[in-house]
Amino acid sequence: MSIASGERVIEFREALREAMSEEMRKDNRVYLIGEEVAQYNGAYKVSKGMLDEFGPRRVIDTPISESGFSGMSIGSAMRGLRPIVEFMSWSFSLVAADPILNNAAKMLYMSGGQFGCPIVFRGNDGAGGQLASTHSWCVESLYSNVPGLKMAIPYDAYDAKGLLKTAIQDDNPVFFLESERLLSTSGHVPEEEYTIPFGQALIRRQGADCTIISFGRPLHFCLEAAEELAKEGIDCEIIDGRTIRPLDIDTMVESVRKTNVCVVVDQSWSFASVGSEIASQIHVRCFDDLDNFVHRVHSDDVPTPYAHHLEQAYLPNPRKICEAVRSATYNA
Amino acid sequence: MKNTDIDTTKQPDQTKKSESVCSLTPASIPEKGILLSWLRQMLLIREFEVRTMQAYQNRLIGGFCHIYIGQEAVAVGSIAAVRPDDPVILAYRDHGHALARGMDPKYCMAEMFGRIGGCAKGKGGSMHMFDADHYLYGGHGIVSAQTPLGTGLAFATKYEDEVINDGKSDHVTLCFMGDGALNQGCFYEAMNLASLQNLPVLYVIENNRYSMGTSIERGTSMANELHVKAEAFGIEHAVVNGKNVIDVYRDFKSITDWCRKESRPFFIEVQTYRYKGHSMSDPRKYRTKEEEVSEESHDCIESLTQFLFEEHDLTRDAVKQMSRQVKAQVRQAVEWAKQSPEAPLEELYTDVYTDFWGPYKGTSKPEMLQEEEET
Repeated sequence: MSIASGERVIEFREALREAMSEEMRKDNRVYLIGEEVAQYNGAYKVSKGMLDEFGPRRVIDTPISESGFSGMSIGSAMRGLRPIVEFMSWSFSLVAADPILNNAAKMLYMSGGQFGCPIVFRGNDGAGGQLASTHSWCVESLYSNVPGLKMAIPYDAYDAKGLLKTAIQDDNPVFFLESERLLSTSGHVPEEEYTIPFGQALIRRQGADCTIISFGRPLHFCLEAAEELAKEGIDCEIIDGRTIRPLDIDTMVESVRKTNVCVVVDQSWSFASVGSEIASQIHVRCFDDLDNFVHRVHSDDVPTPYAHHLEQAYLPNPRKICEAVRSATYNA
Repeated sequence: MKNTDIDTTKQPDQTKKSESVCSLTPASIPEKGILLSWLRQMLLIREFEVRTMQAYQNRLIGGFCHIYIGQEAVAVGSIAAVRPDDPVILAYRDHGHALARGMDPKYCMAEMFGRIGGCAKGKGGSMHMFDADHYLYGGHGIVSAQTPLGTGLAFATKYEDEVINDGKSDHVTLCFMGDGALNQGCFYEAMNLASLQNLPVLYVIENNRYSMGTSIERGTSMANELHVKAEAFGIEHAVVNGKNVIDVYRDFKSITDWCRKESRPFFIEVQTYRYKGHSMSDPRKYRTKEEEVSEESHDCIESLTQFLFEEHDLTRDAVKQMSRQVKAQVRQAVEWAKQSPEAPLEELYTDVYTDFWGPYKGTSKPEMLQEEEET
């Protein structure tokens, strides 16, 4: 179910580019930095044409040096610039863990309110392209553990533009998790400016029997599963959390109080994850409403495999989601 | 370009002028009034650190605490060589630089006491001295983490000139680190970026010859010629005698002038020695008493006092009077810090995010900045 209908249809990657370009036209403190973002036009063509429009002072190619250019960008944000740092993949952010977690996320606190860090880190997150274990990180569970940062995960082109503009305008560090698998998908995106506030989940599909909560790419698996389950008479409500920090638990709770059944679908590993956190919060808030314990669907608890069929089996795919919903609604 | 050969197994040669570099113009020796102000600053830092150790032993200060005694000339001479609005960023041995930069000692002490009057409202402690009014972008606890950040401050000043302000501020950034920071990877990434982007940042390596308990020969390759590391990135470099504040100032002045003009980074090894342990809990068993005595015989405060005696007829009484004033100032700082209240518990939830959401209560400036605004 598409929430935004309208005339103009563009790709997810174009929506991201439009968000960055609009914000850069309005505010000359905003700049884009990362590997291959300028002359190469972006490793995934997200920043195509931006060097031509904004020039090399504001669209900046870096060496392969995540720790260095992340830290450098954070330093510039302490002085009031508003960098957008592109990670070709969030998998590569692991070598920049110290600057992004220790410096960006904690600077305001450590300095007693003196130096904030208005910065956006964005790039591809998650498996799905047969990239094997080291290039398939889902960082949402790792990083959302850290207070001081915000985290947004867009599901479609419309949200990509609206959420990214909010991220760039935010005075706090925002971790913006895109999916390489979604960059070529298209959707309606208005030409005019709009933003989507953080902390407001969206109901992507109305349903009465089971609430499914997810973020980003796995929502597509959820919608696929919902069609299958509808044939069996199970009517699923699908909630797109949109942001993990802040988390719109209220919308999720409201839905679970209606359906009395909840499945959380999270593409990261299960142990100490976004899924386990949401399940915990739902159990606390909806203890008397639940007909069953909250079921969770994750990637399997193993390193990401290369082989196509193994990777497909590993992901939180529609088959696993259907099984979880059937189990959760059994006897409901 | 000439490079000094340094043999760290020998005592630093106190008579040797630092040898640098790319046609630098040596700065002249400042007038007596300025030299006296430096003497006062160095006395202040030393007295402050003595009282800090006492307070630590009396459990008024917790956590890790790193004492700067012995290295005072480095902070005082280098910071005197830059403009008051040039960015400065520090490692964790940061009390001395904060004072040299102009932070009132009471805010520095209160920070270590964990009180609301501290420069970071007691949220940072000894290793995290921040002062926005003095363009001090913090002490940083993870070794070398401040080197990419300092590079970013220089990136920002250049960006401000080229993109935003349409003018030339010619800022330089002072990015301090210890010799131990030379062995963290992010510093090499930072130098590469600074060289590629032509950023006016001075990497100030305070070589006190020990990273915690590991001597530089045991932990750092090319310990006798650290400048090779800068050359690998095409970055100019110099060696500076850190035990003489006049030498430090003159070298830094000419280097910063060059960096402003050329918009290029610079690598400065400043040879110094910390008299105390790495932190308060360090018994210093990794070095000999003889070495310490020998190092302390070339003391930065002593050498400046001697210079003032000889060249400017400074009297011993005048020095004593200055010491008394400094002691009183630090005593007042300690008292002020003791009187400063503990932060209310709601401070736990402020300054996490700039805005209000969930349990978070927005952000507010520390008392230090509010008082500065009022005055």
